[in-house]
Amino acid sequence: MTVQDVYLLSPEISLVGLALLVMAMDLFVKRKAVLFLMAVVGLALPVALSVMLWMDVQAEPGGRLVGVYGALTVDKFALFFKFLVLGSAALLLAASLDYAKRLTRLQGEFVGLILLSATGMTLLAAATELISIYVSLELTALPLIAMCAFLGSSRSGEAGLKFLILSGLSSALLLYGMTLVYGFTGSTYLTEIGEAMKNPLDPSVPFGGLVILVGVVLMVAGFGFKISSVPFQMWVPDVYQGAPTPVVAFLSVASKAAGFAVLLRVFYVAFPSLEMDWALLFAVLAAISMTFGNLVAMVQTNVKRLLGYSSIAHAGYLMVGLAAVASRIPNGGETSALGSLLFYLGAYTVTNLAAFFAIIGIANKIGGHKIDDFAGMAKRSPLLAAGLTVALVSLIGIPPTGLFIGKIFLFSAAVESDLAWLAVVGVVNSVVSAYYYLKVARLMYMAEPASDEETPASSISLRLALIVSALAVVAVGVAPRILTWATDAAASPLLP
Amino acid sequence: MISEAGIWGIFLIPVGALAIIALVIRPLLRHHRTPVIAGLITMGALAASLVLSVWALVSVMEDGPLIYDGVTWLTVAGMEMRVGLMVDSLTAIMLVVVTGVSLTVQVYSHAYMKGDTGYVRYFAFMSLFSAAMIGLVIAGNIIQLYVMWELVGLGSYLLIGFWFHRPAAAAAAKKAFLVTRIGDFGFLLAILYLFFNRGAFIEQGLNPLNIVDIQAAAPLIAAGTFAALGGLGVTWVAVGIFAGAVGKSAQFPLHVWLPDAMEGPTPVSALIHAATMVAAGVFLIARFFPIFQASEEAMAAVALVGAFTAVFAATMALTSNDIKRVLAFSTVSQLGYMVAALGIGAYGPAIFHLFTHAFFKALLFLGAGSVNHATGVFDMRYMGGLRKVMPWTYGLMLIGSLSLAGIFPFAGFWSKDEILGHAWRGPDGLDAIVFALLIAGVALTAFYTFRMFYMTFHGEFRGGAEAEQKAQGDAAVGNPAPKPHLAESSLVMLLPMGALALGAAAAGYLVNPQVDLLDIPAHWFSYFVGPEGAKAPPLNSGLAAFAMGLSVLFIGIASLTHLKGRGAGKRVERAVQPAVTALNRRYYIDDLYEGKVVKTGFYRYLGGFLDWFDQQIVDALVDAAGWLSRNLGWAVGRVQTGQAQFYAIGASLGALAILVTYLIWS
Repeated sequence: MTVQDVYLLSPEISLVGLALLVMAMDLFVKRKAVLFLMAVVGLALPVALSVMLWMDVQAEPGGRLVGVYGALTVDKFALFFKFLVLGSAALLLAASLDYAKRLTRLQGEFVGLILLSATGMTLLAAATELISIYVSLELTALPLIAMCAFLGSSRSGEAGLKFLILSGLSSALLLYGMTLVYGFTGSTYLTEIGEAMKNPLDPSVPFGGLVILVGVVLMVAGFGFKISSVPFQMWVPDVYQGAPTPVVAFLSVASKAAGFAVLLRVFYVAFPSLEMDWALLFAVLAAISMTFGNLVAMVQTNVKRLLGYSSIAHAGYLMVGLAAVASRIPNGGETSALGSLLFYLGAYTVTNLAAFFAIIGIANKIGGHKIDDFAGMAKRSPLLAAGLTVALVSLIGIPPTGLFIGKIFLFSAAVESDLAWLAVVGVVNSVVSAYYYLKVARLMYMAEPASDEETPASSISLRLALIVSALAVVAVGVAPRILTWATDAAASPLLP
Repeated sequence: MISEAGIWGIFLIPVGALAIIALVIRPLLRHHRTPVIAGLITMGALAASLVLSVWALVSVMEDGPLIYDGVTWLTVAGMEMRVGLMVDSLTAIMLVVVTGVSLTVQVYSHAYMKGDTGYVRYFAFMSLFSAAMIGLVIAGNIIQLYVMWELVGLGSYLLIGFWFHRPAAAAAAKKAFLVTRIGDFGFLLAILYLFFNRGAFIEQGLNPLNIVDIQAAAPLIAAGTFAALGGLGVTWVAVGIFAGAVGKSAQFPLHVWLPDAMEGPTPVSALIHAATMVAAGVFLIARFFPIFQASEEAMAAVALVGAFTAVFAATMALTSNDIKRVLAFSTVSQLGYMVAALGIGAYGPAIFHLFTHAFFKALLFLGAGSVNHATGVFDMRYMGGLRKVMPWTYGLMLIGSLSLAGIFPFAGFWSKDEILGHAWRGPDGLDAIVFALLIAGVALTAFYTFRMFYMTFHGEFRGGAEAEQKAQGDAAVGNPAPKPHLAESSLVMLLPMGALALGAAAAGYLVNPQVDLLDIPAHWFSYFVGPEGAKAPPLNSGLAAFAMGLSVLFIGIASLTHLKGRGAGKRVERAVQPAVTALNRRYYIDDLYEGKVVKTGFYRYLGGFLDWFDQQIVDALVDAAGWLSRNLGWAVGRVQTGQAQFYAIGASLGALAILVTYLIWS
């Protein structure tokens, strides 16, 4: 490893260091809130290092810095996701304080594991070598699996176990796919795989074309788990319901974003010339995911399950972008499809964070996650109700919120890619989804509270995190340029 | 010259006032009786905006229109939506009118709303309303304009329904919102039409959403070199925009919301009627005037609707007994003058009338509020004789009334005469029809204005709130009306009225004099506002004398019928009883809308259909979804008892299915 490599890895190194430090401090510190504060403040270091890297990358003629024997490529695409993950982690830790107070033990580990998982995600965005991708993916998943089982209740344990088993399955599929791709191309580096794919198929290799096809499909299946797309979505509702809410929040935004990051990078770099109709595959999966998620969400009575199905539906919207991207890759494409997808991811991240933060606060008040108990929440806690409403409005895609703009971008990208039918499916789905999202908002504002018992107010850090994320949702909706500026920059390295 | 930031400041300062009041003051001082600070912040913000507006006006006078492209808000389908600024002479005038009138209204409101529990909320809404109107006139992009347009609608909804606990106020707010929405829909369609025909604009290097570009495209359309909007296309766009204006400016047939909007606090009416809401419609036509000019049909429609409304609304003012309703009908009628003027191509005179009307109509409304403060009623049948107790209000109202009636040398005289003169000179039959209608309107205006004036201030005092309650019977038992304390209003209310009265008296001649007047060149306003190379014809003194003679004649008739008590007036009204009833029922148009259109059309037919649709289609879909998820839940439920294998099998089969599909494919 050279000094350059250490520099390229410095955000991750500092993250791991921070995680270890927090867990060590856990032994000495009585007030566990200090640990959370420490972690939030400490996250400034990897963020600052990433900013430095951004500036260096900008100065670089090729727009990228390659290191660690070619396994790592730091470009604006990777850095965009690093910022997304680090920002989510910081907000999340600030918001988890209330939740973690109820944990009788393992609070230091809670913080540490979040940070370690975040490390995996930031690595994933930059990894350009199959083994590194696999290791990063496991680093992302394993801490999350442990945290799913953190509550010690049977539901939580079940969630952890299911996540573990299915994660294992997805890893197996992914690894098998990678092996086949390696066997065919003779390399684990994405760029070299891409070079090998350009050459016409060697007729002497038995089942050549078939093997690569199987390999790629298995890799898609492996990534499909991460982004919770149909048909790999079944773990989502159970895990969402059973796992601790902050973990679910992290799972639903950062983990999903990292999954899209690696999927995009693999397809752009390794398989741009694959002669397959990926656009149609993604389009069909997108349509099924959206429709399935929205329809089943309608009859949910538990808000976390509802958001689980909502998350499947949103994986569908995001895959509309993926389909648009895929239809562009062979002929060189332009920024708009990829930029739209990244924009939607960014807006979705802040929106979902706001939703989960509000739910953490509300659940503390009503002692559960039953939607019926949300009645009259506007009277009991105006801030939580308003924050959740902003998030719900954004999830539907109503102005002036981030996902409204996101949907405009995504659907117009789909139309430009001759996928108008998919845009129509998306719009119809958005309208349908208004039913169950607004039901929650209506309950909070129109119904009388079931009980008016005084409950302790949410902590300041939770309220701040909620306000910041809800304001971000609106800010991105009013002035999309704050985000398009970053997403356009992030999209550029992958485009020719 | 004012900078881009300075122009934004005109808009952002009231927005800031709104933010401070809503986020800081209201939470802190909610239980305070009259937190004066909220009023002071709003006044301060609007004073600052007024100063900047005057600066903007001076800049435009010296350097011509200020157009700033601003920033790109969104790029969709290869087209940029920008948030920019467009401050031409029209905007500059509107800015001064809006901020000036709004400032006087805020000062007045402080006294008027003192002690109301909603004092803070009131000023928050007022800041929002003023800011939205400012944002509307400076908008450089049609989407931006539309957003502000809707915000103005929102502001009016909040303010008309300010006393939302009163059913009438809540209903009036809803009515205003819904009726204007009908017009807004037309406006939206016009925007969409432009958007879908963006290709033609982009070919010419124009952006179909930039207002400057739309104006620039108009001559090409008229010349027939702009295929996409040729023929009927431009007419559709113009008609759509006009529909929006009809809603906001309360033109026939969407005029029904404005008289009901009187349920809001009186200063709100002053603001709505003089500078903000209703002026927005006229502004909109003026803003897209080149588009209208490209379509003869659209211009004719505008002219006829305006002229008809001018007379139609004036007749309804003839018999109304509520002072605010008389003024409301009067506003509708005067807006008809402006719209008609635009329709016959009299762009400058229309804006001139908008300008003078702002002064005298705001003044009259504030006067009505002052009278109400003293008597506790708006019904003129229980007023009378206030001349002696409220000499200042009397004098100020007289100035406003003379101006409205178009008496020399008050402001209304000059602007109204320019419109009439333009119609008189017009070459074709359309102008003749418009002229005839508007002249009839002059006579009616003079009559109803002075009928109102005499009923309020002359004769004997007829008891105020007490008498009204007695007349309404025992509905008010147990809630005795406060004894009217007949006294002049406070200085805080009179001073803003005085300021407006100065404008109502002199603004007409000062800004648009017939000959060079000290530093003011002759016909300054006409040249400033009018299009490049517009001619400002001299006053047609014969016509002016005729119109004013007509006014004087009808003021005389009003004096005969209403000056000495109400005897003569009553006899006349009895003689034409059916007509009076029809007028009081507002030609049964409200009844028609509410009875036939809303009750039968919406409730029975549309409602019935939607009910069927809901029961048969939506419910079936929901049931299907429920069925689906129940059956899905069955499978999921089995696994939730511990069988994660199901998920694994599902995922593996899914992957297999994808693989097989592709194998078959290739």
